[in-house]
Amino acid sequence: MNGTYFIELFLGGLTRGSIYALIALGYTMVYGIIQLINFAHGEIYMIGAFTALIVSSVLSFTGMSPVLIFIIAAIAAVVWAAGYGMTMEKIAYKPLRNAPRLSALISAIGMSLFLQNYVLLAQTSDFQPFPDLIPDLAFLKPIETIMNTTQFIILVTTAVVMVVFTLLIRYTKMGKAMRATAQDMVMAQLVGININKVIMFTFLLGSATAAIGGVLISSHIGQINYYIGFLAGIKAFVAAVLGGIGSIPGAVLGGFVLGLTESFGTGYISSDYEDVFAFAILIIILIFRPSGLLGKTTRKKV
Amino acid sequence: MLKIENLETFYGNIQALKGIDLHIEDGEIVTLIGANGAGKTTTLMSISGVVPPRNGKIILNGKDITGTAADDIVSMGLIQVPEGRRIFSELSVAENLDMGAFLRNDAAEIKRDMEYVYQLFPILAERRHQHGGTLSGGEQQMLAISRALMAKPKILLLDEPSLGLAPIIVQQIFDIIKKINQEQGTTVFLVEQNANQALKIAHKGYVMETGRITMSDTASNLLADDEVKKAYLGI
Ligand SMILES: Nc1ncnc2c1ncn2[C@@H]1O[C@H](COP(=O)(O)OP(=O)(O)O)[C@@H](O)[C@H]1O
Ligand SMILES: [Mg+2]
Repeated sequence: MNGTYFIELFLGGLTRGSIYALIALGYTMVYGIIQLINFAHGEIYMIGAFTALIVSSVLSFTGMSPVLIFIIAAIAAVVWAAGYGMTMEKIAYKPLRNAPRLSALISAIGMSLFLQNYVLLAQTSDFQPFPDLIPDLAFLKPIETIMNTTQFIILVTTAVVMVVFTLLIRYTKMGKAMRATAQDMVMAQLVGININKVIMFTFLLGSATAAIGGVLISSHIGQINYYIGFLAGIKAFVAAVLGGIGSIPGAVLGGFVLGLTESFGTGYISSDYEDVFAFAILIIILIFRPSGLLGKTTRKKV
Repeated sequence: MLKIENLETFYGNIQALKGIDLHIEDGEIVTLIGANGAGKTTTLMSISGVVPPRNGKIILNGKDITGTAADDIVSMGLIQVPEGRRIFSELSVAENLDMGAFLRNDAAEIKRDMEYVYQLFPILAERRHQHGGTLSGGEQQMLAISRALMAKPKILLLDEPSLGLAPIIVQQIFDIIKKINQEQGTTVFLVEQNANQALKIAHKGYVMETGRITMSDTASNLLADDEVKKAYLGI
């Protein structure tokens, strides 16, 4: 076994896993609160990437430094995607809150197709180059072959996002309100929580983290099109289910398990089966732990 | 304090409340008794804004609050301890109490009130760092009442607080309800199937059957009433 190759695959897996985890957070939070699989969540990630592309293209004419452009483009992507997420909740899900769950699910699929096709019309189906705005970090030079600058940025940013996210959920008033609402929506209302605000905030937060993922992976891969949200969305959904849908630590763990499985699978077995590994690991884990790695075993009350 | 006029509430096509009237004065303990399925929980959920009524009026301190959002009703001081306690099972005891004070910003007073409920129920103080879900039924009921007290209720709605509890705990819960009413002047609207105990601490009572109020009188008159005795007191 080649040690360098192993480390390379490991870091590659963590990079993928970071992106899956960032997107999976949105799936799992929304599911935790309103029991909806938000099929259009992958599209929010894609829209985040496109927003960053458009903003950075415009700013490239100003002569600003690339790093500054990247930061502004990323912030714009996060804000814009969060706006999309909240709007989506308002027009596609809120009116269906008391309808059968299947209706909201169909609305989500509709939303996903709508957003994909709208970007397809606006941006064509061609892959568009995503600018390389992050200058190579000098201290990574010696290990360039196993970890490059964008990978490093992805890992660090994801770590920071996860820490901020955890603090927010655990200690802020809104975080507590989110946890209470996820546990018992009626009781949450009876202590005075405005659940509309909580649901809205959940979409905001999930969309923002997905957009961060979208911007990061686009700078890593270097090209995007209208369809990138579809596969990434499904994979992140698999990660969320794998970790135990509704569980926030589960989404993160699921993301990393999936990323590492794919990386080692393609590296040691065959890259032809890249997308098969995700579903294979999902099936294997669900056989042994039907509610996911960190999911609660739901006991049906009679 | 609280006046209900001709309240009608539906679940789909099923009419659970068929036009009920209630009147609760400031500082009173009023009880609503009735068999399973009579519509007691629906009455409380309608008042709290969780299940909006189709017809009728809910007037709190002279203000029509029909159709007001549940969280706004809480901010007016109308607080419910729901049936089945509904403790946030994955939050600690202390966090559950925090949630009760969700709409308050007076940190120092919140802390004082927390000490007060810990004094009321010392067992909760002992278990403050435990998850709500690990408490026994009686402890959960104490926590549910304490959580409601953290909201500084002007009027407290309790839905079958004695349900499923051992007799000794039931006595303790009723004593506390009486104490809250007497010491804090909190108005209490108590829904119970345990009619005997409820009528003993109440000033006034209503009897409900299949979505309608069928009797209303002072608690002592109801306790002495032959029909009530037969139907609800098992005498
Ligand atoms: N969520 C619901 N959906 C449909 N019917 C309901 C629902 N909740 C209660 N009901 C019906 O409304 C009636 C009153 O119920 P409820 O208010 O819970 O009575 P109580 O609290 O007096 O036992 C019952 O016939 C019950 O079956
Ligand atoms: Mg009931």
